[in-house]
Amino acid sequence: MEKTKEILNIEDLCISFEQYEKGLRRVELNVITNLSVNVGEGEIVAVVGSSGSGKSLLAHAVLGLLPKNANVRGRVSFRGELLTAERIRELRGKEICLVPQSVSYLDPLMKVGAQVRHSRGDEDSIKRQERLFGDYSLKQKTAGLYPFELSGGMARRILLASALMESPKLIIADEPTPGLDLPLAKKAMADFRSFADEGNGVLLITHDIELALEVADRIAVFYAGTTVEEALVSDFEREETLRHPYTKALWRAFPRRGFQALDGVQPYVKDMPAGCPFAPRCGLAGPECAGEIPLRAAAGGTVRCVRFSGGEEINGGKEAKSNEA
Amino acid sequence: MGIQIGKFIGVNIAKAVLLIIAISVVCFILVSASPVDPVRAYVGEVGMANMSQEALQQLNDYFGVNTPFWERYFNWLGDFVRGDMGQSLIYRQPVADVIGVKFINSMALMITAWIISGILGFILGIIAGMRRGSAADKLIKGYSLLLASTPSFWLALIMLMIFAVWLQWLPIGLSVPIGVDASEVSIFDTARHLILPALTLSVIGVANIALHTREKVIDVMEADYIVYARACGESTRQILKNHGLRNILLPAITLQFASFSEIFGGSVLVEQVFSYPGLGNAAVSAGLSGDVPMLLGIAVISAALVFTGNLIANILYGVIDPRIRRSMLHE
Repeated sequence: MEKTKEILNIEDLCISFEQYEKGLRRVELNVITNLSVNVGEGEIVAVVGSSGSGKSLLAHAVLGLLPKNANVRGRVSFRGELLTAERIRELRGKEICLVPQSVSYLDPLMKVGAQVRHSRGDEDSIKRQERLFGDYSLKQKTAGLYPFELSGGMARRILLASALMESPKLIIADEPTPGLDLPLAKKAMADFRSFADEGNGVLLITHDIELALEVADRIAVFYAGTTVEEALVSDFEREETLRHPYTKALWRAFPRRGFQALDGVQPYVKDMPAGCPFAPRCGLAGPECAGEIPLRAAAGGTVRCVRFSGGEEINGGKEAKSNEA
Repeated sequence: MGIQIGKFIGVNIAKAVLLIIAISVVCFILVSASPVDPVRAYVGEVGMANMSQEALQQLNDYFGVNTPFWERYFNWLGDFVRGDMGQSLIYRQPVADVIGVKFINSMALMITAWIISGILGFILGIIAGMRRGSAADKLIKGYSLLLASTPSFWLALIMLMIFAVWLQWLPIGLSVPIGVDASEVSIFDTARHLILPALTLSVIGVANIALHTREKVIDVMEADYIVYARACGESTRQILKNHGLRNILLPAITLQFASFSEIFGGSVLVEQVFSYPGLGNAAVSAGLSGDVPMLLGIAVISAALVFTGNLIANILYGVIDPRIRRSMLHE
């Protein structure tokens, strides 16, 4: 892997929610634990995980959009600079743009044209919005519609156009493709590709691993609130080059690779096992899986599994990783 | 589009007519079933005792006491349609004239209260909702909950004690000064008499509107599109201006026009406490003294008033909410 300048670096991100159970007993729900991902210049990194694994929270955490009862720990830095709450407020919408998940992220009482322009009415904004609508084969009169008049696919395109309205350095796309037909999904992905190729970064959050494999450079596999493995797309060509048992199980579940589904379900946040969350479903699990699982560097990625012996342990994260790369 | 609007107006006029017919029939049935006797109400107890049988018979015929129910109803309806609502027994004037005067008094009171409570309630609700959990929120919520559970006549009495009796800032009741010739009553006098009842009604009305607005603000501020606006770099102030207000205003307007009936109900009690000569007060005296034509007139007029309030809310909803407006146009 070429050494790239880093745009987004997330290290050991933990998100928990405080909840009150049965009156006054306070419980911490750990929804994301020790999540580490980084996105370099010119890269599309896909975070792939099944529903309920906490993917959207990741996007919200980076942008500082979590509700007040959420506790966030860990380090998030943007272009080498630590992202504090104030810094996020300055950057979001300008340097970091979000492509949200569904049409409910559009104001139901505002025409979509104005929403794509982020309520600006100057000539440049209007021109740019019109061009984006053209790019995404949206009729110009779509600008005068309200969100409830859009089809699912149109809404999706509006949301994409909305993110590209600015000139961000990083796009965080939260499930951007459901509802798009194949050519449009490809068009959206191609846009992400060319956006990244201009030296920007894309963090693509999706459950669709096939799509991720097609467009991304690296894939972070997300399981029950943590990244179990980060690997190059090329590692997904053969099962042997993958390191984590969950990733391997995913690989075997691909339609063209045998279609073998894994038994069991992802643990619910309230009854998360100690140590590796995948251990209860893992064929290789042993007693040591219940302990602390260190993140290890592997060729072109990282893995969090005690069964993986190659590579060195990453503690500080950043230095170790860039040496390895 | 013209056809749509025409249809809308036509349907609503039909609704209003049906409503008034239904209300008047029900009132007629109730009055017929009640012990109210128009002759007794007209001549009084003493008059009844001293009257000859012949004279009584004449009066019975005049008031149609023995006329069959439906005939009596259609007589009334026929006159009503021609604009004749009958003679009031206690005011000895045509009901329409009495209601006209009382209506203007009541409207002055209700519209003042309605506007003040609407605007103040909306602003307080937004402040509380935007700063949920803050001291301001607790204060506004506490005030609203306290007042929402306060009976309006009780608050009216308290107001009367404080401002009219102890401080003597404002008159104790009525709508004009006592002992002053009607031609010498200035608009200033009228306004001064309006303050206390209007204030009482507003203070009560604010509570409801503020609590509802607060709930709505909290709802809206947690919506996905607000999260997204924040993700797009909008500040809280911009979010309120660009997305918050229009989404909050919509239910607030419906609530505001629907609250017409509540203010009307409240004004009956408040007018009574302040002896303010409005519709509510007239309704109470008409009821107590068995003034049937007056009661019927007031019932119909107030039903029409509340109906109008709701109708305006419906129309505004269509004007403001694109989801309703566009579906009406595309149908």
